[in-house]
Amino acid sequence: MPRLEERWWSCPCSPGVKPGSESGRLPSKAAEAMSAVSSVLRGLRAAGLVRRGLVLFTVGVLLALVLNLLQTPRNVSLFPEEVVAPLFSSAWWIPPCCGTAAAFVGLLYPCIDSHLGEPHKFKREWASVMRCIAVFVGINHASAKLDFANNVQLSMTLAALSLGLWWTFDRSRSGFGLGITIAFFATLITQFLIYNGVYQYTSPDFLYIRSWLPCIFFSGGVTVGNIGRQLAMGGTEKPHSD
Amino acid sequence: MTVREKLRQKISAGFYWHGLLCASYPVPIILFTAVCILTCCYPLLKLPLPGTGPVEFTTGVRDYMVPPQEPSGDPGERPDWYRGPPVAYIQQVLVKAAVSPWDNRLVPVDAFRSPLGRVFSLLDEIRNHVHSDSSGVRSLEALCLQVTDLLPGLRRMQALLPEHGCLLVSPGNYWQNQRELFDSDPDLLRTVQQYEPKGLHTSATLKDLLFGVHGKQTGVSLNSRNRVVTYTITMALRHYDVRFLGSLRSRLKQLHPSANCSLREEHMVHVHFKEEIGVAELIPLVTTYIILFAYIYFSTRKIDMVKSKWGLALAAVVTVLSSLLMSVGLCTLFGLTPTLNGGEIFPYLVVVIGLENVLVLTKSVVSTPVDLEVKLRIAQGLSNESWSIMKNMATELCIILIGYFTLVPAIQEFCLFAVVGLVSDFFLQMLFFTTVLSIDIRRMELADLNRRLPAEAGMPPAKPGPLRPRETPPPPRPSPHTITLQTPAFRNLRLPKRLRVVYFLARTRLAQRIIMAGTVIWIGILLYTDPAGLRTYLAAQVSEQSPLGGAGLPHLAVAPATPPPELDPMPPPIPQISWGPEDEEGWRRLSYRHWPSFFSYYNITLAKRYISILPVIPVTFHVTPREALETRHPQDTRHAPPLQTDPSPNALPHGAPVQTDLTLYKVAALGLAAGVLLVLLLFCLYRLLCPRNYGQNGVQHGRRRRGDLPCDDYGYSPPVSEISPLLLRGHNMDIECLASDGMLLASCCLAGQIRVWDAQTGDCLTVIPNHGRNQGKSSAVTDLETLGGAEGQDAGGAGYPVRRRAAPSRPTLFGDQPDLTALIDTSFGQQPPSQAPSASSGFDFGGLVERAYLEHEPSVSPVFSAPPPQPVQRRRSLGDQPMAPTDWDSAVWALELRGNLIAAGRSSGKLEVCLWDAVEGSLRCSNEDGVSGITALAFLNNRIVAARLNGSLDFFTVDINKPLGLLQYRGGPGRGSMPPSPCYSSDDVISCQLTRSVQCAHQKPITVLRAAAGRVVTGSQDHTVRVYRLEDSCCLFTLQGHSGGITAIYIDQTMVLASGGQDGAICLWDVLTGSRVSHVYGHRGDVTSLVCTTSCVISSGLDDLICIWDRSTGIKLYSIQQVLGCGASFGVISDSLLVTGGQGCVSFWDLNFGDLLQTVYLGASSEGQGVRQLVVLDNAAIVCDFGSELSLVYVPSVLEKLD
Repeated sequence: MPRLEERWWSCPCSPGVKPGSESGRLPSKAAEAMSAVSSVLRGLRAAGLVRRGLVLFTVGVLLALVLNLLQTPRNVSLFPEEVVAPLFSSAWWIPPCCGTAAAFVGLLYPCIDSHLGEPHKFKREWASVMRCIAVFVGINHASAKLDFANNVQLSMTLAALSLGLWWTFDRSRSGFGLGITIAFFATLITQFLIYNGVYQYTSPDFLYIRSWLPCIFFSGGVTVGNIGRQLAMGGTEKPHSD
Repeated sequence: MTVREKLRQKISAGFYWHGLLCASYPVPIILFTAVCILTCCYPLLKLPLPGTGPVEFTTGVRDYMVPPQEPSGDPGERPDWYRGPPVAYIQQVLVKAAVSPWDNRLVPVDAFRSPLGRVFSLLDEIRNHVHSDSSGVRSLEALCLQVTDLLPGLRRMQALLPEHGCLLVSPGNYWQNQRELFDSDPDLLRTVQQYEPKGLHTSATLKDLLFGVHGKQTGVSLNSRNRVVTYTITMALRHYDVRFLGSLRSRLKQLHPSANCSLREEHMVHVHFKEEIGVAELIPLVTTYIILFAYIYFSTRKIDMVKSKWGLALAAVVTVLSSLLMSVGLCTLFGLTPTLNGGEIFPYLVVVIGLENVLVLTKSVVSTPVDLEVKLRIAQGLSNESWSIMKNMATELCIILIGYFTLVPAIQEFCLFAVVGLVSDFFLQMLFFTTVLSIDIRRMELADLNRRLPAEAGMPPAKPGPLRPRETPPPPRPSPHTITLQTPAFRNLRLPKRLRVVYFLARTRLAQRIIMAGTVIWIGILLYTDPAGLRTYLAAQVSEQSPLGGAGLPHLAVAPATPPPELDPMPPPIPQISWGPEDEEGWRRLSYRHWPSFFSYYNITLAKRYISILPVIPVTFHVTPREALETRHPQDTRHAPPLQTDPSPNALPHGAPVQTDLTLYKVAALGLAAGVLLVLLLFCLYRLLCPRNYGQNGVQHGRRRRGDLPCDDYGYSPPVSEISPLLLRGHNMDIECLASDGMLLASCCLAGQIRVWDAQTGDCLTVIPNHGRNQGKSSAVTDLETLGGAEGQDAGGAGYPVRRRAAPSRPTLFGDQPDLTALIDTSFGQQPPSQAPSASSGFDFGGLVERAYLEHEPSVSPVFSAPPPQPVQRRRSLGDQPMAPTDWDSAVWALELRGNLIAAGRSSGKLEVCLWDAVEGSLRCSNEDGVSGITALAFLNNRIVAARLNGSLDFFTVDINKPLGLLQYRGGPGRGSMPPSPCYSSDDVISCQLTRSVQCAHQKPITVLRAAAGRVVTGSQDHTVRVYRLEDSCCLFTLQGHSGGITAIYIDQTMVLASGGQDGAICLWDVLTGSRVSHVYGHRGDVTSLVCTTSCVISSGLDDLICIWDRSTGIKLYSIQQVLGCGASFGVISDSLLVTGGQGCVSFWDLNFGDLLQTVYLGASSEGQGVRQLVVLDNAAIVCDFGSELSLVYVPSVLEKLD
């Protein structure tokens, strides 16, 4: 299941900006929105958690669908033509799965940060998050659209790109460790599913898929963690007013 | 390390000089940069424009050679794609056929039946054509493009399109290329039409495909004008054989000569098709672009504190985009041709290049000291960030270099572009963006300067009012910090841009007008182009009038069987077959998707490949009427009779018009639906953006003066909702003190008169005059004056709602001559003679006499003619001061109201506690222990704290000789944050005991006193703030930090303490620990007022600025310029609503954004005066002080929100 990693995206319409933009237009409602937001933030931490989870879930589902489309020309898609009709009933749960995984990872990152006591301060802003997502989509794009000479080259390139992504946008040890762990377990789960016949690769080149899968999982984990951290931070500070 | 340091210094110095250069010569540098960009982009002109349209290339037929696979020597005129053999050579045989001469016996169907029938013989000729020469025998079978199955999805077309054989199509395919089927087909038109897609279509249709010409040109319809049928036989050839095609051409020409044909036949056209993008590829692409725009949005949003945010954001985007263009141009210049799909990699390139440097530069420059020269600021900002910029750039270059060594061609190309893009981006940042930034900063400084001048000019001396030491404005001290903090100032004085745009739209009704004009144009186009519409009608008119079209009138055969020739004076028109240059390349009129879809039926893609279209072979058929009659199908005449009734050749028989009508209705319905949707959408948008009904209350707009409001700049003033102010009149002189507990409102004027108002209705409940004033004097003037005062009380005491009508009824004789004696005593050093402490809670005749007086109420008017003793007596009775022959010649300096007790502190040092009731304003107790004037009072629970001029602090306790359990607690107005105050009845005896006196609380006069949350905070002119505990009067902290006298203090229930001083500084303190939380310089001159909300601190100063600070960070969010003299008047209604006073108006601001929400004008008479004090009551009413009048403004919308 090459697209499991799609849990890691965030959409630009993150909730942190919503109150600001709305209330700018409707000043009379702004008071309500602001007070509501602040009261929610202050009073119910759980509600903030749920909201962040929802956002991450949506993001994961959306990008699972989008990146799956990106893979179609390469014919390693999860749903080959002749299998689509009967298999769609069993594959509908993939986007929700990705969404759940995204929510889980996105909440895990800030949680681990706070437990380790080293809050992530490096480039904490939405512009950087957007950049990170774009780079991640670019990595997927490269893996889908570029022709590599052999698998070793492909996996080396992707590994270098993923490491570059981590170094550019994360640079924290916890992020690296978590990314590695996620990549490992996600690959394991994928392989397990494949051996059990739940899935099959449509491409006969088995090694081909396995080689780039962990890299994509790793960069996906870093990206979603980035989003999750930003969301967690946007929750605690006051929503930025324009 | 030293090398690094050296490098760093050098880089820094270099950037510094560069910054100086950029800021000194902005225009030449920008011009130079523009020239550079244009030069670098020049090679781009050679690149094909992006798009999916096909590209053409024309070569001669004579010396045609199949282009080699590899690009050969002269790539000059040959496009890149022109290599290797094409997918197919397209040879078209263009047939024009007509029945000639036209016979009156013929029916319209005859015009195309027999000409179409000729296609079968022609097909046979072509198929059977064999060319034999020395090299062998060639036939079409050998050369043509062999196709296999159609795609599975096209089973419907299986009967029509060839399979397993030559790709050769003609109209004969409708009848499976069998003459018999054609002859037996009763309705040719239906056969042709039945495969047409229903509804609107843009791409190639089957009719286009088989006929090979555009549908309108075929002439296969009943209303064809010139009765010439045009169609093609299209064959796709795999190989190009000159001799075979030449022999075919000559044979066809020989068999069917075209008389006047002069088509040029020496060019073949190669058409290259781009890759088509499907939805599957489009969605990721769109996603990347969305992410890109989000990135740009979030980046440019951070640009702040500049003159034109949008301008700089635009400059940043221009920088990045033109650096990309430059990189592509440079790469092209050096012979690297981009093979990557530009649209796909573009977002990634932008992300790699990034906007970060631009933002870093802006931030760095903006944060340099403002008092420097612009040049120096730019230079400093550049040099500050030089090291990080260089470091980042080196890092990025390294990463890209690593990418280059992946040895994947696509990645290498990407990296190459990225490197060139990065370098050119750096170049542009340094030259273009820096220069733009310097221009912007200069503009901002100019604007800042213009704005600040008037504020400085009218600063201190214009302040009206009594001269009191604590209000004397200190000389404005120049402090540079106040300047540096003011960079974002004034930006909120104007409405936000989006609102301005909306207002502009609303004012000009631009959207409606555009929509209306668009609709009219659209309907016109629809009418004109509609097949059954205006154009055909006009054409018919023209043809009827012209002599050539005269055939239209009566000439046509009434019936084919009995043609009366004598009825037809004119000869029947002979269909003219003419060949023109437009026939040379008839395929150009087809949809550009014609060939791709044609080949895609056989799963052959034309994407990134090309086809060669050979010159057409013209063929002309002339069919004699006899032939036409012979081939006629019996059913054709059955169709004819309805046609005969309409003599015009333009008459539409039933088949086609029904079709067109249906399309018309569909289009109309679609348009209508779209229009309705658009209108609904705009309506929603309109309601969202302009929620208020500004169409109403139009009368009030007239009174508004221009220039008063910021929004007046664009001629549109924000709407006034139903807020209506209530005017409270009654004071003769300017109002001095205001106190309120939400339900009651006490005001005191300079004359010492205290009035109590109902804060809900605005009724004047009680008047407490300045007791015993002029006691010792006996002149007639003063008697009259007291008389006037008494009369004033009559009006108020009788419970009239004192509104506007009350004012004119008052005799002006007295109102205009106030006694100013109370003002004269300003010598504070002189101790008033101490009085023997009299029984402060003594006898009270008030209730009794008042009741008696009320019975005399009807005889108010004779008061004036009454003998002098009477007013004196009544005044005494009303004043309830039988026991006070003391020095009453003192002004009220402080006023507090809690429950129904009013505490008034006088300049003489006397503390009075009055009981308020609906009918009586009786002094219940007074305390004259102090000798120094009371400058401030605080009344909390049952304690009164009085601060005196000599720096001492007195704590009083109010006792009632009644068990506490019997106290009725008056519920506040309902939503009050204050604890319910005990309600004292007039039967209770109230005593006021001095519990403790702190003699030397401060070294200098206490200027401010605030109490909340069990703490009493005092601020003094000795630069310190002290915090006392209310219960035991114990001094907890002495807060030091100001370098001037304290002028404003704020403390509330949540123990937030803020203080402002004469130095313009604002300090936030932690009340629990006594430590200073933050310290900012906010104002030039005194801080006059301070309020904290949960998120911000609002301060006003003598500079007439209201500044809003972020409470946690101490950063100034924005500031509001106030009208002169109204600087201190503001209040906070809720966490997000701020009220400020202006000239005769109050304005409501959105606290979070600094947007002006609304301005309310408070009546005609108060227009000239500024609001000097502004008190926000608990029930969301606002009390403003306009000289001698009070204005009570209810804010209903806010009221709802508080619930």
